[in-house]
Amino acid sequence: MAWFSKSKKRTENRSADIWIKCPRCGNHIFREDWHNNLNVCPKCNYHSKITSYERIGLILDSGTFEELNISIYPADPLKFTDAKESYAVKVENTRKKTGLNEAIVTGTGKINGLKVVVAVMDFRFMGGSLGSGTGEKILLASNYSYEKKIPLIIFSASGGARMHEGILSLMQMAKTCAGISRLDERKVPFISVLTDPTTGGVSASFATVGDINIAEPGAVIGFAGRRVIENTIKQKLPDDFQTSEYLLEHGFVDLIANRSSMKNTLYQVLSFYNR
Amino acid sequence: MPKKETSVSEMEKMLEKLRNMTEAQDEEFSDQISKLEKMIDSRKEIEFSNLTPWETVQIARHHQRPVFADYITLVFTDFIELHGDRRFADDRGLIGGFARIDGAPVMLIGHNKGKNVSENVERNFGMAKPEGYRKALRLMKLAEKYNVPIISFIDTPGAFPGLEAEERGQAEAIARNLVEMAQIKVPIICVVSGEGGSGGALGIGVGDSILMLSHSIYSVISPEGCASIIWRDGAMAEKAAEALKITAGPLKELGIVDEIIEEPTGGAHNDYAAISRSVQKILIKYLKKYKGYSESKIIKQRFEKYSKIGVFNK
Ligand SMILES: [Zn+2]
Repeated sequence: MAWFSKSKKRTENRSADIWIKCPRCGNHIFREDWHNNLNVCPKCNYHSKITSYERIGLILDSGTFEELNISIYPADPLKFTDAKESYAVKVENTRKKTGLNEAIVTGTGKINGLKVVVAVMDFRFMGGSLGSGTGEKILLASNYSYEKKIPLIIFSASGGARMHEGILSLMQMAKTCAGISRLDERKVPFISVLTDPTTGGVSASFATVGDINIAEPGAVIGFAGRRVIENTIKQKLPDDFQTSEYLLEHGFVDLIANRSSMKNTLYQVLSFYNR
Repeated sequence: MPKKETSVSEMEKMLEKLRNMTEAQDEEFSDQISKLEKMIDSRKEIEFSNLTPWETVQIARHHQRPVFADYITLVFTDFIELHGDRRFADDRGLIGGFARIDGAPVMLIGHNKGKNVSENVERNFGMAKPEGYRKALRLMKLAEKYNVPIISFIDTPGAFPGLEAEERGQAEAIARNLVEMAQIKVPIICVVSGEGGSGGALGIGVGDSILMLSHSIYSVISPEGCASIIWRDGAMAEKAAEALKITAGPLKELGIVDEIIEEPTGGAHNDYAAISRSVQKILIKYLKKYKGYSESKIIKQRFEKYSKIGVFNK
């Protein structure tokens, strides 16, 4: 999947769409430049969200990706209905809109010739929330790593557990971690890449327990929501609270890597795996 | 308080009045009293068998509901509390230590809710910080080393959402427990005794059997939190409590809870001795169940149990 695959269509857009206003620095950036810079602001290095397939295009050697368990999609076990619509309808609409079946894409591929299993969350699918199908795909990916002794890399982008599946979502935290826990036994590497945002139940499960945790710059990473904490402590939190840089300072990520160098960073780290 | 309890409590007030009137031990009065007592009992039973999820939430959070400290003294003997995570502090919101049940050694861990303001301030309302989860893990590893089964009591609104908790890695502390608990080589039995609040509950909630008191709750998010996100209105909590399926019955149907521990009529707070007897009985039963399991069998079964959780299409 080439990073540029969609750029042709973009040039045909209306002139109003030519510019992108960076949500962080407020600068207006030529859309083409923004896109060519991997959806990273050329002025302030703000890393905006990208889709799971775009990320796979950036990380894996061209033509090496083979997707696994693509057919898994959400059921509606609680018959959950919010103010607007049922979860089942929401899922159908989201599947149509995104072309995704779940909030994660999993498969195998190569990084500079090195075989890896990847699981890449996609924020477009219900905020990258962790549901039963998401958890199942992560477990199956880690089982594949376990059985074939191939390093596992998970890219997180998630607001947390998916409320619409109630307790079953909460239990996916335990389920995915049970899968991860077996990798140590066989000395299979597990690299966690935390991207914006990685919060709630995803931060409190597989995302923060990599052998090595790598974050993209400026990502929001944390357990409790900012407003919840501010309400609890009745004071305003520092601006850099729950950012990649804050986590690095407090010892919870190993390193921060720019999107443009992520593939090489992953390769460098895995090149030290000496088994 | 749930509104359904009011009518019962009104009857109880009447009963109290009647009792006060009968200091002369009037035969006729005492007959009426016993009739009223019977009425109250049967009424309670009917009302408490038809609680709405939101009413159950209120009972699960009842200020007189027995807390972990009560179960420690009523269900177990020889409790010896072990303090600290060896890294930062001793969390009072989550405590643990060795104890015996029916003579058999166990490792006990649990959220440490209080029943009044001063207890709750000291115990942070049973909301654990990273050092609490890390202490729990230290004690579970100790239990593994000493070959002692683990029993955890879950009763928390959630992990503490504070600045210093984030700073010290609340997410990582919970996540680490989920990974490690999957590999602990002694049986783990979890009892949801009050509020099972999200990741803060799960952080000591990965086990071979999950037991749940009949008027307790276990949820991915508090009904209030869900209401404010999904309906953008905290007042919709009652509706959220229903939609989230957080009570014991539905959770057993979903296969998350293995067995429900029936509470005395009116809720556990009405009869500490009765609920303690029930908790003790069921724990002894489950400890017996896992006796003689090999380490590899425990790990394998636990992995299979969690592998199967989830409902999806393919
Ligand atoms: Zn910018």
